[in-house]
Amino acid sequence: MKTLATLAVATVMAAGPALADLVFPDLSYRTGPYAAGGIPFSDGYQDYMTLLNQRDGGIGGVMTRVVECETAYNTERGVECYESTKGEGALVYQPLSTGITYQLIPRATADGIPLHTMGYGRTSASNGTVFSHVFNYPANYWDAASVIINQLLEENGGSLEGKTITLLYHNSAYGREPIRTLETLSEMHGFELSQLAVDHPGQEQGNQWLTIRRERPDYVIMWGWGVMNQVAIQEAANIRFPMENFIGNWWAGAEHDVEPAGMDANGYRALNMNVLGDLPVFDEIQEHVIDAGLAAGDGTNLGSVLYTRGMYAAMLAAEAARTAQEIHGVADIDAAMMRDGMEALVMTNARMEELGMPGIGPEFTVTCEDHGGSGMARMQQWNAEAGEWVTLTDFIAPDDSVTDPLVAEDSAAFAAENNIELRCNES
Amino acid sequence: MFYREAGDFKTTYAKDNQTFPIAFDRYRYYFVLFMAIGIVPFVINDYWANAILLPFLIYAIAAIGLNILTGYCGQVSLGTGGFMAVGAYTSYKLMTAFPGLDMVTITLLSGFMTAIVGVMFGLPSLRIKGFYLAVATLAAQFFLVWLFNKVPWFYNYSASGQINAPERTMFGMAVTGPNAESWVKYLFCLAFVFVLAWIARNLTRGSIGRQWMAIRDMDIAAEIIGVNPLKAKLTAFAVSSFYVGISGALLFTVYLGAVEVGEAYGITKSFLVLFMIIIGGLGSIFGAFAGAAFMVLLPVLLRNILTDGMGWDTALATHFEFVIVGAMIMIFLIVEPHGLARLWALAKEKLRLWPFPH
Repeated sequence: MKTLATLAVATVMAAGPALADLVFPDLSYRTGPYAAGGIPFSDGYQDYMTLLNQRDGGIGGVMTRVVECETAYNTERGVECYESTKGEGALVYQPLSTGITYQLIPRATADGIPLHTMGYGRTSASNGTVFSHVFNYPANYWDAASVIINQLLEENGGSLEGKTITLLYHNSAYGREPIRTLETLSEMHGFELSQLAVDHPGQEQGNQWLTIRRERPDYVIMWGWGVMNQVAIQEAANIRFPMENFIGNWWAGAEHDVEPAGMDANGYRALNMNVLGDLPVFDEIQEHVIDAGLAAGDGTNLGSVLYTRGMYAAMLAAEAARTAQEIHGVADIDAAMMRDGMEALVMTNARMEELGMPGIGPEFTVTCEDHGGSGMARMQQWNAEAGEWVTLTDFIAPDDSVTDPLVAEDSAAFAAENNIELRCNES
Repeated sequence: MFYREAGDFKTTYAKDNQTFPIAFDRYRYYFVLFMAIGIVPFVINDYWANAILLPFLIYAIAAIGLNILTGYCGQVSLGTGGFMAVGAYTSYKLMTAFPGLDMVTITLLSGFMTAIVGVMFGLPSLRIKGFYLAVATLAAQFFLVWLFNKVPWFYNYSASGQINAPERTMFGMAVTGPNAESWVKYLFCLAFVFVLAWIARNLTRGSIGRQWMAIRDMDIAAEIIGVNPLKAKLTAFAVSSFYVGISGALLFTVYLGAVEVGEAYGITKSFLVLFMIIIGGLGSIFGAFAGAAFMVLLPVLLRNILTDGMGWDTALATHFEFVIVGAMIMIFLIVEPHGLARLWALAKEKLRLWPFPH
């Protein structure tokens, strides 16, 4: 009888698309402890796709369609979302969750649908010879760890000898990603690394900050997300930890992370992989999308850090789709063509300027071997007085000599575990 | 009309004692089996397998397991998530250490491993009861999750602490990994569900099950009439953990494929399975199925109706999903505190008399 009941539901859901369109599923999370980050990202992603439809009539004359599915940052729901949307002709998945990414890597590869995990997910997926359908340009976690250490090296006159650095991380695949790189870097540069894990969802950090208060490390690096960031910054303020020595990665550096702590958050630093501030494209989104009443959210997130990043992700997807259309000479591309487009993506400053977002990210070229982009990131600092993030540096390059061997090692282990034949041998 | 025993004569004791003594009930059972084995594998697609049927079947095993411990033996456990993690990590270690081993053996061994762990954590149940036992099993939950996070050997020293199920085959067909066909995965889980439910049903009807129920109803009285509480409680913990371990192993190997222990086997999972048996009905195998169906299928159904059917905003739909599922749980428990199984039994009683209730 269960079977009958479920079959009845099937008929409700069997409605398929008939028109030619480019489907971009958006596995968003607007509920739960990570919604603060999920909402602006998803708004940015959807609004840019809407802008393309409204202003340009889609990509190459084919309209885009965003299928939103709520995951609540939960892997089981993420799997359900993936299965329910892939039949609609999905071109590329962006789950915005490292846990869901790990689920989707084998599934999407088997189904021939590319994954774009921008600055999250499995770091070693930047090795295109092993991971054919996974792309994590423009940067990944190991780049981020390396960029932070490079910046600290510069500030300390090229040496971190004898310094102590604490990594405060979300106790999940996401938070554990940078540990291996930081361990290698700590041996290389002679700083002492200690690790403090914060369990999901991240509300409880009293113990961790007590440890930091006792040990007084020179720097605290944070790999946090969702409510964990706000709590950490408040706790840091409570123990009067010098904020400029507290550095978040690019998922721990948005307005909503620092605002709850008020003036105490002043000076907190974080990485960013995209540019800040007013871009010409925002005016167009305001005009074509928000004023037209087509915005995904309420429009208030326009221009915020994560909104910009979501829009950046949508732009990269749209550009890859455009590249795919050029390569294959077909306007209504499928997932396999999209993958080719992503692999041939070239981002130049001229193109970004043309799109109304000059210098939003670093220039990079994706190749068959390298799915990871340049790995560069900026450092930004919170100015509580003005209530805005201030970009401190230009794009800083990571130390590829550290990350490359780690990527090679981890991806080789994955290839061996799953009997994957290496690609890209013809060149 | 339906559900008549009139004219349904039993000529042997075996027939009189069968699980479904009423002919109509028996045919319904055969019909469901026929649908599940003969029809569904041919029409199933990825969405139905991966989003609906696999989680339903896997959680049904966990619910049967917990129902044996809590529903039949009366020992409250909040450690289900942790025990599921034991099953998952055992199968991961076995899969990676012995690539030649077939999945049935791996899954059964995971169950046995979990049974051993379950018995160890069940030992305190001889001294502590009720809420205190719940707290002790809660400790098991947190300890096990912490252990699998802390000791890198369990996740083969991978950078992220995730475990990934490699591809393993059964009769030449992939059962785990991304290339496994949905019908293979479905049948693999269905076979486990069928055999385990059948064993559980017969265990609870036999002498062991009677001992468990005696302990549940009044442990001192049970002891006086000759039930050994040590044996009864520990067998309940062992059998229950065996089921829960198999469920955890299947959740990882067949359903999810990649698992992060804190998220997949956290305290929320323990509560989820506990809710399943409370809503389904304590002390009933059917209740375990009904509860699993309720907790797994209802949210998916609501999501599809609200977002796809009615075009609601996804965030709003998700919030409403919580409201509706929560309200339905309350309504069910107020209307029928003994769960869906009791509702089902009442419906059968009514059907037997209908249309002449006197």
